[in-house]
Amino acid sequence: MIVLEKRPQPSQAWSYATPVVAVLATMVFGGLLFAAMGKDPVEAIRTIFWEPLFGEFAFYYRPQLLVKGAPLVLIAIGLSLGFRAGIWNIGAEGQYIVGAICGAGVGLAFYPHEAWFIFPLMVIAGAFGGWIWAMIPAVLKVRFGTNEILVSLMLVYVAEQLLASMSLGLLKNPEGFGFPGSRNLQSYDSAHNAELITGTGMHWGVVAAFVAVIFSYVLLKRHMLGFHIRLTGEAPRAARFAGVNPARLILFCLGTSGALAGLAGLFEVSGPSGVVSIDFNVGYGFTAIIVAFLGRLHPVGILLAGGLMALTYIGGEIAQSQLGLPAAAIQVFQGMLLFFLLALDLLTNYRIRAARKEVA
Amino acid sequence: MKFTSLLATAAMALGLATAAAAEDKTKVGFIYVGPVGDGGWTYEHDKGRQAVEAEFGDKVETVYVESVPEGPDAERVMTQMALEGADLIFTTSFGYMDATINVAKKFPDVKFEHATGYKTAPNVSVYSARFYEGRAVQGHIAGKMTKSNIIGYIGSYPIPEVIRGINSAFIHAKKANPDVQFKIVWAYTWFDPAKEADAAKVLIEQGADVILQHTDSTAPQAAAQKAGNVITFGQASDMSEYAPLPRVSSIIDNWAPYYIARTKAVMDGTWETVNTWHGIKEGMVEIGEISDAVPAEVKAEALALKDAIASGEYHPFTGPLNKQDGTPWLAEGEVADDGTLAGMNFYVEGIEGEIPQ
Repeated sequence: MIVLEKRPQPSQAWSYATPVVAVLATMVFGGLLFAAMGKDPVEAIRTIFWEPLFGEFAFYYRPQLLVKGAPLVLIAIGLSLGFRAGIWNIGAEGQYIVGAICGAGVGLAFYPHEAWFIFPLMVIAGAFGGWIWAMIPAVLKVRFGTNEILVSLMLVYVAEQLLASMSLGLLKNPEGFGFPGSRNLQSYDSAHNAELITGTGMHWGVVAAFVAVIFSYVLLKRHMLGFHIRLTGEAPRAARFAGVNPARLILFCLGTSGALAGLAGLFEVSGPSGVVSIDFNVGYGFTAIIVAFLGRLHPVGILLAGGLMALTYIGGEIAQSQLGLPAAAIQVFQGMLLFFLLALDLLTNYRIRAARKEVA
Repeated sequence: MKFTSLLATAAMALGLATAAAAEDKTKVGFIYVGPVGDGGWTYEHDKGRQAVEAEFGDKVETVYVESVPEGPDAERVMTQMALEGADLIFTTSFGYMDATINVAKKFPDVKFEHATGYKTAPNVSVYSARFYEGRAVQGHIAGKMTKSNIIGYIGSYPIPEVIRGINSAFIHAKKANPDVQFKIVWAYTWFDPAKEADAAKVLIEQGADVILQHTDSTAPQAAAQKAGNVITFGQASDMSEYAPLPRVSSIIDNWAPYYIARTKAVMDGTWETVNTWHGIKEGMVEIGEISDAVPAEVKAEALALKDAIASGEYHPFTGPLNKQDGTPWLAEGEVADDGTLAGMNFYVEGIEGEIPQ
């Protein structure tokens, strides 16, 4: 018989090894899935993981990895701060939407005036939009003890309605023949979050994601607030004795994650997407939750996890068009990744032992 | 633009390479907004793709990517197809419009065909079907069949194409039954079975005994079947698995002839930018078998209406018609022009509620 035995201390080695083992297990079982569908498993796995990085058209896909990964990393960094302290912001998708609406709104208000200060103002507005949307669950939690998981999640649906309303009304392109959606910010220079160096995929959102990783690292390692966040998550009682103010921590964690999600939305709407449209959000806010956990809530881990997630998206699309794999198989593949990670996580806190059968 | 020239060079180099290797095999790409198994919109586009394969056999290679979100992801998928040597790419959802135009600029030698949009370029054509013609037939049957006089309508997005369908269905339902009333729910999705089923249930609870849908899944059909005594119409595809009840008829989008013709044009080097808007006459819009649940005389009227539209003798938007606020739109005998129809953003008189703003 096999029993699980709780480790006295979480295993350091396993906490680093689980993401790697999870990726490997996903490759094996994903390969089996593809084989069961009659596709060459080795070819499929190679297409997903190798093609975007080193394939024939890697010069195009590598920059795309940055474009796809940046919003994931930016949002996940914010979420990880709260998750470490046991504050669960599930509504980053909503904060992402509101950030995009506010930022784009500021830009469109200036149209067609060209000036250097428009984009910085949009950035501030984007962060503010995400922050204010996250403040709703934060303040409700602090004042009335509501559950931030439910409130932040429900506010995603409110934000989606707001987005639809904006695309159809206030921000609708007056020259769009009555079709929903705003003007394209890509063709408005002062508001366009263009590539900093053509062909690299490097836009301000990618820069912001890297900066966020560094700040978060420093905060958690070197700063008192970072210590409080970790302490609250690991030992809430000890944190209280150490004089951590929980209300302040809730406001900080939710506010920061909201602001970062808002920024991600702004950089997306002013860059790769260009328009505020009903379908603007494609689930970055939810995928970022996976990225945060896949990266073990560690800034560097999140950076790697964001890259890996972007890789499976882009590689998955290539596999679809080259090998005719259905989209659902790719989604199952991505789901496996999280599943294996969570399942293997058990090994960090428990060890598996073969127990002798005891005679009754 | 360095990047552009880089892409163009790569595409050219590849073009030469594939031309040599694949002996002039024409590569046709398709980008779908839903899964190919949606049973509606995407399903019919994929049938068109299969028809292209069947028609040209070894001379073509088709590729597709399904469930592509409208936005930067679509742009990446199109670029990827163009890089891999596609000669012709069909982008089959309204929201792919800007992405199609952007990618088309980078690949001047690749032809693009965007469904239901309005932006064209030297290498971008647009095509759509006059679904509103089918809606007229549906509206007539719906008006005759309803007992509660309440017809439920599941809208996707309040864009001209959908509003046109609502107006056309309403005008003809009203002609068939002056007491008829429309209840409209906006789902804000093209394909989401759960949301579509919820919308159908809400409408049925409000007394609707006919459900029209402008969304792509069969979920509303299933919801109607469960409720009983509710009739529906197949959308985009025949959805005949729900016949004879609740599905009493359908609008079928038949893209196959268009896709074959355009692929042929690329092969022959005769491809040109066009703005295609075909209807029942050309066969792009078909009316699915009207089931026996519909009384024979209603069926005959519906078919007569269909024939009149097909022959051009009757236009579904013929005056006198007023806009919702009572202002005159079309005078007696006047027919709506395509420009107004293409950008339609108002309800006709008699429809309650407002177009979401």
